[in-house]
Amino acid sequence: MVNTNPVIGLCLPEWVLPRDPFAPGFVTIAHPVPDPVQLSTSAPTLSPPEVHLLTADSITCIRDRRVVVSLARLTLAEGECIELRGANGSGKTTLLRALCGLLPCEGKVQCHVRIAFVGHRNGNAGLLTPIENLRWHRQLQDAPVDDEQLLDALARVGLLRAAGKPVQQLSQGQQRRLALARLLLSDAKVWLLDEPHAALDVAASALLDELLNTHCQEGGAVLVSSHAPLAVATRVIDLSTDDLSADHRSADSAQAAA
Amino acid sequence: MSAFAGQLVRELQLAGRARADVLNPVIFLLLAITLFALALEGKPEVLREHAAGILWVLVLLTNMLALDGMFRRDLDDGSLEQLLLSADAAIFALLGKLLVQWLVTGLLIVLLSPLLGMILNLPATVYPLLALVLLAGTPAVSFIGAIGAGLTAGARRGGALLALLILPLLVPVLIFGVSAVNRALEGEAPRAELYWLGAISLASLMAAPFATQAGLRITLEQ
Amino acid sequence: MGVLKRLWHRLGSPRWFFHMMAPWQWWLGMLSALLLLTGTFWGLVYAPADYQQGESFRIIYVHVPTVIVAQSVYMALGVAGFVLLVWRMKLADVALKAIVPFGMALTALGLFTGAVWGRPTWGTYWEWTDARLISTLILLFLYFGLYALRESISSAEAAGRACAILAIVGLVNIPVIKYSVEWWTTLHQGETITLTRIRMPPEMYIPLLINLLGMYCLFGYVLIARMRSEILRRERDTTWVGAWLRGEEEGAGTDNSNGKGALHGR
Repeated sequence: MVNTNPVIGLCLPEWVLPRDPFAPGFVTIAHPVPDPVQLSTSAPTLSPPEVHLLTADSITCIRDRRVVVSLARLTLAEGECIELRGANGSGKTTLLRALCGLLPCEGKVQCHVRIAFVGHRNGNAGLLTPIENLRWHRQLQDAPVDDEQLLDALARVGLLRAAGKPVQQLSQGQQRRLALARLLLSDAKVWLLDEPHAALDVAASALLDELLNTHCQEGGAVLVSSHAPLAVATRVIDLSTDDLSADHRSADSAQAAA
Repeated sequence: MSAFAGQLVRELQLAGRARADVLNPVIFLLLAITLFALALEGKPEVLREHAAGILWVLVLLTNMLALDGMFRRDLDDGSLEQLLLSADAAIFALLGKLLVQWLVTGLLIVLLSPLLGMILNLPATVYPLLALVLLAGTPAVSFIGAIGAGLTAGARRGGALLALLILPLLVPVLIFGVSAVNRALEGEAPRAELYWLGAISLASLMAAPFATQAGLRITLEQ
Repeated sequence: MGVLKRLWHRLGSPRWFFHMMAPWQWWLGMLSALLLLTGTFWGLVYAPADYQQGESFRIIYVHVPTVIVAQSVYMALGVAGFVLLVWRMKLADVALKAIVPFGMALTALGLFTGAVWGRPTWGTYWEWTDARLISTLILLFLYFGLYALRESISSAEAAGRACAILAIVGLVNIPVIKYSVEWWTTLHQGETITLTRIRMPPEMYIPLLINLLGMYCLFGYVLIARMRSEILRRERDTTWVGAWLRGEEEGAGTDNSNGKGALHGR
């Protein structure tokens, strides 16, 4: 798949069409699709059809000529909460960054909905207050800014009292909570979270789990990397094993399904 | 478009709260011009003769200082990632960032130009033209410099590298700027130079967001 | 069109390039040596002395081709950067890395020969009112910038792309720089002697062209030689390099395999 500008596509032969140098494989991240994706109903399925929000094929991330992570296929369906497990250095962060487009890699990533990404760093300016940060994030998404909504989100994550202090005066955990508030406010259907439970205390951890649950039930999808097993995960992908195309149903969800 | 406005507001807020970061380069400019005045033993004719060159070289170096930390703070706290992840809005947000970068350095220099003219012993009749020349030329410096800042944001001692990359590209601005000021001192209106400076500024305004975005994506990869 | 298409696809394979260009390297090297020796010898010894500047004028036979090719090298860098960014061709990154030191050396040589020319002609080693000298100096700084940028970024792929961006930005700027410098020097009525203002008889013209052609062949030779060694360095883990080093692999092979054992010994 190539990055085709219709004007260029008409003038140049297909084998010479330009490719986007900074896309990982070829991510197409579009604005949210207003209608749900229509699946073809030709193939009879017994289980309810899954809507795939994100599909990644043959992802290979190479750094300094060394393969950092290699994945045959990864799909995120609606309502799935996938836990990305692996030892330090197994490529969890690299994979997440590749999937959202920050890291170019070989392979193909397709995603037609908006992606929200929370990395190691929270994405908040230290000198601004939480409210101002949230306002900026909303404006980046071209979404309307409603202060009531922002305050609600802050209240939900327990930052209402600190809403007027510059973020750099908050603790690490509080800054993480601010990232959670950002997630709450974003209309992204796919969440890619890189070790979000780090720096969160027990209450905030529980809050995060609840947020993930709610988001998945509302039709979103989450890909979370974490060191500790996640209770809310419906599926686990373990990067430490060599068989990278296998993913194991987590024990809890398998039991629940049984 | 709301991304542009939002980024504009945000950068202005940040500049307002980190006033030292904003004022330091300009104070450096004043200090350096003072040093030149001292070094040339304060002889008025000598200062006037060399004023254009001294002024423009120091404006370039001041901008190098100001551009050095342009993206560093955002890179460190992760907001740069969020900016680039916002797909179509990223270009507008970057445009806002570039504009504010010029507002806090170039525009400040333009506003200070009478003071600079005074230190360099330029006649008061030249001050408006001086401000106009700086107004036409400093955007080019900020925008082209931002491209370099995007490429070097992740480097440890990025300041020297930034200067090495960007100063050769700014030679036309230097040449036309100095020539404009000298023509103004001779009493003529420096039309050709102003047109050139304006053209370079506008062209860099159009190209800089894209080149900066490309450079920032590379910085974020590391 | 089919030939072009096949060539385009083949250029995606460093291995094909490596084997395909081996004879070219040899021939271009021989040709460049021949042309440069001929041209230099002819120019420095046999061509008539200039009626104005005398014997010192002879350095132009080395100076002018050097400067012209140095600028062409930068243009080639810009093109390579563009190809790298738009089509992600690995060979473009190889070319970008391989040719920067050569361009730098050529520019420095151009400045040196310019200084050698300047001493008897104008009395100084350096003349600020010569637009060509200043443009060449700025070109040298652009090369320094490319080199420094590559050194400052640790990831090889990212460094290649950063240099590509800088090369393109520099390439776009070069006409502006040249024009502004020329404009500035003519403003100051310097004693510039540009090539177009010199009327050269064929006895002087021809060795210059020979040297120019020889210098381009030298550029081609150095480009191919350095690209091939850079390919060897980058692909040192693959099986085809091992086979070549052991002398087992002779030619490009008819299969267009991209070194299927790539990153073999991980």
